[in-house]
Amino acid sequence: MHSTHKSEGDTPRRPESGLWGWLSRRTGLDDLLRSALNEPIPGGARFAYIFGSGLLFIFTSQVITGIFLALYYVPSADHAHTTVAYITKAVTAGSFLRSLHAYGASAMVVVLFLHLSQTYIYGSYKGRRELLWLSGCVLFGLVLAMAFTGYLLPWDQRAYFATAVGTNAVSEVPWIGESIKRLLRGGTEMGTLTISRFFVAHVFLIPAFIFTLAASHIFLFRKAGAAGPVNEDLYDPKQEAELFYPRQVVMDLSLTALLIVGLGLLCFFVPVRLGPPANPADAQYVPRPEWYYLPIFQWLKYWHGSAAIIGVLVVPMLLVLAILALPFLDRSVERRPWKRPAAMGAYAFVVFSLLGLGLRSQFLDQHDSGVARQLSKQSAEEDEYARKPFEPELSSASLAAANVALADPLAAKGKAIFEGQSCNACHGDGGVGTAAAPALIGIGTKFSPDQLAELFKHPTAKMNAGGMSPIDLPPDDLKALIAYVESLK
Amino acid sequence: MYERAGHPENTTPKPSGSGLSLESRRSFLGVLLGLGSFFVGALLAVPLIRFALFPLLRRTTELKNSPVGALSEFSSLTEPMMRIIQIEQVDGWRKAVSEKAVYVTKGSQGQLRVLTSICPHLGCTVPWSKEKSQFVCPCHSATFAADGTRVSGPSLRGMDTLETSVQDGQLLVRFQ
Repeated sequence: MHSTHKSEGDTPRRPESGLWGWLSRRTGLDDLLRSALNEPIPGGARFAYIFGSGLLFIFTSQVITGIFLALYYVPSADHAHTTVAYITKAVTAGSFLRSLHAYGASAMVVVLFLHLSQTYIYGSYKGRRELLWLSGCVLFGLVLAMAFTGYLLPWDQRAYFATAVGTNAVSEVPWIGESIKRLLRGGTEMGTLTISRFFVAHVFLIPAFIFTLAASHIFLFRKAGAAGPVNEDLYDPKQEAELFYPRQVVMDLSLTALLIVGLGLLCFFVPVRLGPPANPADAQYVPRPEWYYLPIFQWLKYWHGSAAIIGVLVVPMLLVLAILALPFLDRSVERRPWKRPAAMGAYAFVVFSLLGLGLRSQFLDQHDSGVARQLSKQSAEEDEYARKPFEPELSSASLAAANVALADPLAAKGKAIFEGQSCNACHGDGGVGTAAAPALIGIGTKFSPDQLAELFKHPTAKMNAGGMSPIDLPPDDLKALIAYVESLK
Repeated sequence: MYERAGHPENTTPKPSGSGLSLESRRSFLGVLLGLGSFFVGALLAVPLIRFALFPLLRRTTELKNSPVGALSEFSSLTEPMMRIIQIEQVDGWRKAVSEKAVYVTKGSQGQLRVLTSICPHLGCTVPWSKEKSQFVCPCHSATFAADGTRVSGPSLRGMDTLETSVQDGQLLVRFQ
């Protein structure tokens, strides 16, 4: 059996010509491609091995769609929702791309679960693959963190309240829980600082870690070699190997094609909805996380008071530690699932527990008439908001001008006098100033109302020279005018 | 197409029974996959390109026409009438709303004209003076006739006319 890829490099190759040949000679691209494609798979290509490259594909898609979404998105509490609404309702293909990004996150979790299950069931974490397994576990955590941080960014009701609950759960951790929550939120309450933090984590921090770890994961995989089928020796593969290219490549591409078609149809026909903007004052809102967080959401419901530490910290920590330590604890070389009843039992227990908790959460929601009614009301509100055409956000400058009239009736009356007396002729609308006369904005901080009244009735010599004539108004009108001028900021 | 890999003959050009070498069959598949990936990639790029080219496909910044009032309100106009109009400037996902005073008046042929109240001299706001039947700028005493043409003073031209249109019996103006 001489089925090692070492013989690959020894065989003489035709010298490539043309642009590709030149590029290969300069960069070594050809060798790189060959070593990537000529990875030997003991026992041959199988559909069981397609999930890793599927994850790589979705991650790439998430990076690309994410970059494009950032063309229009603004991470702040007062613009986030408007900009996502703009993407969804106004920008061409915006709803499709946002849906691709949002459903892509779900698809990532699904394919990740399949990838992890395959590795676990095939016992592919064994045989000097501890670091490969560890890097995979950390990547799993990072993907869940991406889903959590990305979920908040549209800043609609659903996102706001789900994240409020999610960050609140952290505060159950004894001693430092409250501090961690504050650190995550950027304050005691959810707000614009929370968006900034989640945005930085979602767009800069976590992706940087994912890039690094995914590269390490692939490197470690190639270093350890493909594990092959369950009856293959982990240290010294005996079965006839088949190269990654072409059959495994075609199998991997079939998953990619399935993902493209599936996600494409879903995004086109059932685009992701954007609900009404977050209203923190809404006390009625029943928060529900995205489906993959439902089991944890349901689990946390069972733990209250002094027992909370067990449910929120001890059990999850033990589970995470057990998963991380798996290749160190399970040193046997046995890979066949039917010979590993304890490992398979534990897997089934965890999967059915998660499934059970998720379904329990759904069941409770459907059978509590109050909750069911509120949830359907929330869904109806989302539908209603989704149907409305996009409404641009009023800029803060316009709001300030409009609010003067709303805030103080006396100032509103003064505004009418300001315009009626043609004060705005020289001082500009809203007292912004013109070539003929100075701006009045902020004058209230320089002069008291009494001083202003005096100046209005008896302008200084300099003011007279500039064309300001004394104002002769009934006392009430003068008071209103002063109130308006004082309000200009 | 079911070669077991790892054998040297997989990667060395060697004529096979069918007359096609394994290498060239692998290359043919490679070209097929490459082309397929290229076309799928190009297809996937379509929504991305449309998304990024949105400012070319649609208006993203826009100055909306501002309603001045119903045409019937101005049918028996005898002197310029001041109106405060709201100007809406759309800028991507935001809009700025500002208020400006304009004068609705009649031109020499009796057609409706809308004048800005901004003096063409230095930008002061020009009020209509009933007593003088003229626009008189308070800053440097430039005067204009009821239709906005220059009468006297430092201004070099008459008051600026705004572009108007009529929609559903409403007089609209474009403030620029």
